[in-house]
Amino acid sequence: MTDTPDEAKYAETHEWARLDDNGHVVVGISDYAQEQLGDVVYVELPDVDQQVDAGAEAGAVESVKAASDIYAPVSGIVVAVNTSLDDTPELVNQDPYGDGWFFAIEPDSTDELADLMDAGEYSEFCESE
Amino acid sequence: MPFIPHTKADVASMLAVVGAADIDELFDEIPANLRARDSGDGDAAGLTEMETLRRMAERARADETGPCFLGAGAYDHHIPSAVWDIAGRGEFMTAYTPYQAEASQGTLQLVYEFQTMMSELTGMDVCNASVYDGGSGLAESILMAVRAGERRRTGGRAGSRPRAGGSRRVVLAGAVNPLYAAAARNIVGQQGIEISQLPHGENGLADPGLLKDLAEPPAAVVVQQPNFFGLLEDVDAVTDQARECGALTIGCVNPLTLGLLKAPADWGEGGADIACGDGQPLGIPMASGGPSFGFICTRQSLVRQLPGRIVGRTRDLDGKPGFTLTLQAREQHIRRAKATSNICTNQGLLVTAATIYLSLLGPEGLRNVASACHARTRALVAALDLPRRFDSPYFHECVLRLDRPAQPVVEALAARGILGGLALGPYFSDLADCLLVCATEKRTARDIRQFSDSLDDAVRKAA
Amino acid sequence: METIFDLARAERRASAQVPARESIEDLPESALRAEPPGLPEVSELQAVRHYTRLSGNNFSIDTQFYPLGSCTMKYNPRGAHRAASAPGFLDRHPLAPESVSQGFLACLHELQQILQRVTGMGSVSLTPMAGAQGEFAGVAMIRSYHAARGDTGRNQVLVPSTAHGTNPATASMCGCVVREVAVGSDGDVDIEALKAAVGPETAGLMTTNPSTCGLFERRIEEVAAIVHEAGGLLYYDGANLNAVLGKVKPADMGFDVLHLNLHKTFATPHGGGGPGAGPVGAGEVLAPYLPGPMVEKTVDGYRWMEPPETMGRLSAFMGNAGILLRALAYALMLGPEGMRRVGEFATLNANYLATRLQHAGFDIAYPDRRACHEFIVTLARQKRECGVTAMDFAKRLLDYGVHAPTTYFPLLVPECFLIEPTETESKETIDAFVEAMTSVLAEAASNPELVRSAPHTLPSKRLDDVEAARRLDLRWRPAHASHRSDPSTSG
Repeated sequence: MTDTPDEAKYAETHEWARLDDNGHVVVGISDYAQEQLGDVVYVELPDVDQQVDAGAEAGAVESVKAASDIYAPVSGIVVAVNTSLDDTPELVNQDPYGDGWFFAIEPDSTDELADLMDAGEYSEFCESE
Repeated sequence: MPFIPHTKADVASMLAVVGAADIDELFDEIPANLRARDSGDGDAAGLTEMETLRRMAERARADETGPCFLGAGAYDHHIPSAVWDIAGRGEFMTAYTPYQAEASQGTLQLVYEFQTMMSELTGMDVCNASVYDGGSGLAESILMAVRAGERRRTGGRAGSRPRAGGSRRVVLAGAVNPLYAAAARNIVGQQGIEISQLPHGENGLADPGLLKDLAEPPAAVVVQQPNFFGLLEDVDAVTDQARECGALTIGCVNPLTLGLLKAPADWGEGGADIACGDGQPLGIPMASGGPSFGFICTRQSLVRQLPGRIVGRTRDLDGKPGFTLTLQAREQHIRRAKATSNICTNQGLLVTAATIYLSLLGPEGLRNVASACHARTRALVAALDLPRRFDSPYFHECVLRLDRPAQPVVEALAARGILGGLALGPYFSDLADCLLVCATEKRTARDIRQFSDSLDDAVRKAA
Repeated sequence: METIFDLARAERRASAQVPARESIEDLPESALRAEPPGLPEVSELQAVRHYTRLSGNNFSIDTQFYPLGSCTMKYNPRGAHRAASAPGFLDRHPLAPESVSQGFLACLHELQQILQRVTGMGSVSLTPMAGAQGEFAGVAMIRSYHAARGDTGRNQVLVPSTAHGTNPATASMCGCVVREVAVGSDGDVDIEALKAAVGPETAGLMTTNPSTCGLFERRIEEVAAIVHEAGGLLYYDGANLNAVLGKVKPADMGFDVLHLNLHKTFATPHGGGGPGAGPVGAGEVLAPYLPGPMVEKTVDGYRWMEPPETMGRLSAFMGNAGILLRALAYALMLGPEGMRRVGEFATLNANYLATRLQHAGFDIAYPDRRACHEFIVTLARQKRECGVTAMDFAKRLLDYGVHAPTTYFPLLVPECFLIEPTETESKETIDAFVEAMTSVLAEAASNPELVRSAPHTLPSKRLDDVEAARRLDLRWRPAHASHRSDPSTSG
C-alpha cells in the first residue's frame, strides 16, 4: 500500500499539490509514482520566476530504467525549487511528500486545485491503473 | 550449409520435439501468397572462403595506389601493430553493446578510459562513447546546442551561461569540412534547423567580425581547427565573439592535432562549449572512410544533452569499483520519442582501437606525430613549389594553386599511382584551380620527390 | 581492475611508437597548448597486457552463447573479416578518384544488387551507418515524397505499441509526431485501432515483421492496404529480417522502404556496441529520394551517382564501408541457397528452444503462436512466487557461462526475456541453455537469495547503476588512484 495523505490534491499524471501557509502551491510526485519509477537518480526542475501553465511540462524525473515528465498542476509563477534534489535525488523516494518536494508555485488562482483529485479519488485511480 | 551446424539427425529430433513434419511447417503462419513467391534467385550454393577471398582480394589489389597526399578528413597515419592485434580479438570484436554490465567489464572499462583520454585531449569534462563519424558528430553537436538554447527549463542552474533564446539557426564560421556540413544539414534540416555559412576571408580564415553583424544570435557558432584548408584559425577570437553574441561555440577538431594544439576548452576567455570530430587519425585505417568514429565532448552542465552512450564508474555489491552504462534516461530505449537522439549502435570497436592507440602513443608520441605531419607537409609544399592560395599558417594540409583546373591534374597523378590531393572545385567554385594537399608522418622524402617529379608531367598531360 | 592511468608513470613510454620531434617554430604560439594532454604514459607491453586482460572480462559470441533477442548474435565469419582487411581496401582513401577505385565500387555495386534481390526493393543505398540512420533516411524520404506532392499536412508516424525505442526517436529526429497503435492480445496489430489512427495526417507506419514479440504479423497485407489507402507509406524496420531471410521479401508484404541491419542479418561483428551498417532499400515511389552516394555500372566502369531527388549524404564519406565489404563476403559465402537456410534454421532453433523451455516449466508469452526467429518467456509467475525478477534471472545465467537474453523488452510483456538463438548455434548449445535455465528456475525456488545476488563468478558482482547515475563519475582523475580500493568513498 502506498501513502496518499489527505491534505494534498493529486493529478492523473501523479503529481501532488498542496497549498501552504503562504498561499503557495507546493508540488511533488506521489508515493505511488516514486514507487513505480524506482530509485530516482535525477530531477529536472523549472526556473524560479518561470511562468508555468496547468497541465504543461514543468520538469522531469528520471530513474535508471524510466523517465517521466512533470506537469504543473496549477498555473502561476515558480517561487521556489528544491535545490537539494540536485545532489540527493533519493529524497524523492525517501520522503515524497516532505523533503522530496519539487517546486512551489505562486498560483494565478487557487481554483485550479479544485480540478484535481482528492486522496480517496486518487487512490482509486491508482488501483485502476 | 555455411555456418549452420545441424546434422540431419539434429533436424529430425528437433522437429519431433516441436511437433512439425518439416521446417516449412514452421512458416505456416505466413500467408501462403507471400511465401510462395519464387525468389527467382535460383538455388546456387555459396562460394567457399577461399573463393570469396580470391574474388575480393583481386578487387582490393586493383585499388592499390602509391603514396597518398589526400587528407580532407581521412588521413594515412601509421598504426602501431598492437592496435588491431588487440582490438581484433574476438572478445572485443564479437561482443554486444555492454548492457549486461557484469559480463562486459572489458568494454565498459575501456570506454571509461577512452572518455578520460578524449576529455584530456579536448580539455572538456565529459565525452560520449562515440557517434558514427565526423559528420554525424557535427550534426549531433548542433542538435545539442539548439536543445540547450531552447530549453524552457534549466536543470543546469549551475551553468549560468547566457541563453541563445531558442534560436534554430547555427552558423559555420569559415572553412568547415564541406562533407561534414552537408551531412549535418541533411540531418538537422529535418527539424527545421538552418545551418548558414559565413564566408572565409581572403586569408582563408573565419572573420570574427562577421559574427558581430548577425541580425539575430544563432544557437551556436561552428569553427574547425585546423580548418578545411589546413589553416590555423584564430579560435580565441571566434570563441569570444560567439560568447559575446550569446551563442555556444562548437569546435570541430582533429584529435591527433590536439597533441600540439590548444584544447577547445581553453579557446578564448571561456572555452568552447562542445568539441566534436572524427577519430580516424587515432589508429584507424582510412578504409574508404569507414568505419571510423565521431566523438562529442562537452561541459558537465551540458551532459544531459549529450547523445549516445556514456559509461560511468560505480561499485559492485562488494564495494569494488566497476563500470556501467549510465544516464540512459537520455536514450531512445527509455525516452523513446523524447530521446536526445535515435542513435543506438555506435562505433564501439573503433573506440577500442583509438584507446589502445592513445595509450601506446602517450602525450609525447601524439605530439611528435603531429609535429612530424606538420614538418612533412612543409617539406611537401616546398618541394612542389606551387603558390599557396592562402598565406595563413597551416598545420598538415595546405591549399596550393595551379595554373589550370585541378581535377584533371588529380586524375593524371592518379594514373601515375599518386593520390595528389583534393581538387577543391566541386566544393568551392572559386577554388577550381586549387589543390588541397596533405602529408602525414608516413610520407618519406622519396614519396615527396615522386610527387614533385610527376607533377609537371601531370599538369602538362591535364592541359 | 586497475585502469591504464593507474599503470602510468611520468616519462615512461612505448618508444617504438614515438617518432622524433620536429620543429614547429613556424606555428603561432597562441594556437598551441601550454600543457601536454594527460594521456597515460605506459610501456608497449603494459598497454598490450592491460587491454588483452580487459578483453577477458567480456562475454562475446566467440566465447559464449549469446541468445540476445532482437540482436541476432550469430557467428561472425572470420573469412568476411579477412576479406575486408585486404590492404587495397584498408588503405583506400575515401576521396580517391574513381579510376583507382573500381575494385571497391564493384564490391558495393554487387552488394546493392544482392540486397535488392533479397528484399524485393528496386533500389538500395548502402550509406546509412547503422539501423537508426537507415530509419532516419527512410522517414526523411517519406516526408520528402509527401512534400513533393504538396501534401504538407502529413507529420504523424504510426508505430505499434511494441516498437523498439528507435522508431519513435527516429520519427522525432525527423520532426514528426509519433502515434502509437495498440497491439492485440494475439500479438498482431489491432486492425480497428489502426483504422482509427490513420488519416490525412498520417505520413506512414514503421514496423518490424516479425514483430518485436517474435511473431509474424499475419495481416500485414491488410495493414499495408489500410495505411496506403489513407495516403501513408510503410517503413520496414529490418531488425528482425533474419527470421524470414530468403523466405519472404518485405516488398511483397507491401512495404515501400526499409533498412537492413548488416550487423545482425549479415553477420558483421557488433564490436562491443558497433559499428553497424543500415542500408536502405526503396520501391519505385521512394527510390528517387534515397541518400547518396550510390554506385552505378556504366560502359566505362563503375561510378558514384546520386539519385535524382536524393536527400543527400548522411556521412562524410561512404558510411561504414568496411562493414559493407564484410556483409558482401558473407553473402557470397552463403549464396542464394545459404541465404534461405538462414531464415529456416533460425526459426527451427527458436521453435525448438521455445518448446523445450515450455516443457521445462517456463511460461511462453504467446503459446498459441508459432515462434519466428525469437520468442518471449515471461517470468512474472516466478517473480510473484519466489521474488526473483527477470533481471535477477539474467544475472544468474551469466554464472552459467551464457549471456543473458534481452530483458524487459518488449515493454508490453512483464518480466520478460526475449530469446533469439540464431541459426549458427548447435542443438547441443541450445540443450545446454535449457539446462542452465532449468537450474536457475530450481534455484529461484530453493535459494532465491542466490539468484537475487548473482552474478557470483564474474570479475564484478552486481553493479550499482543507481549510484552511477546519481553521482556521475565519467572520467578518471588522479584522485581516483589514492582511494580506489576504499569502498567508503563514493566516486
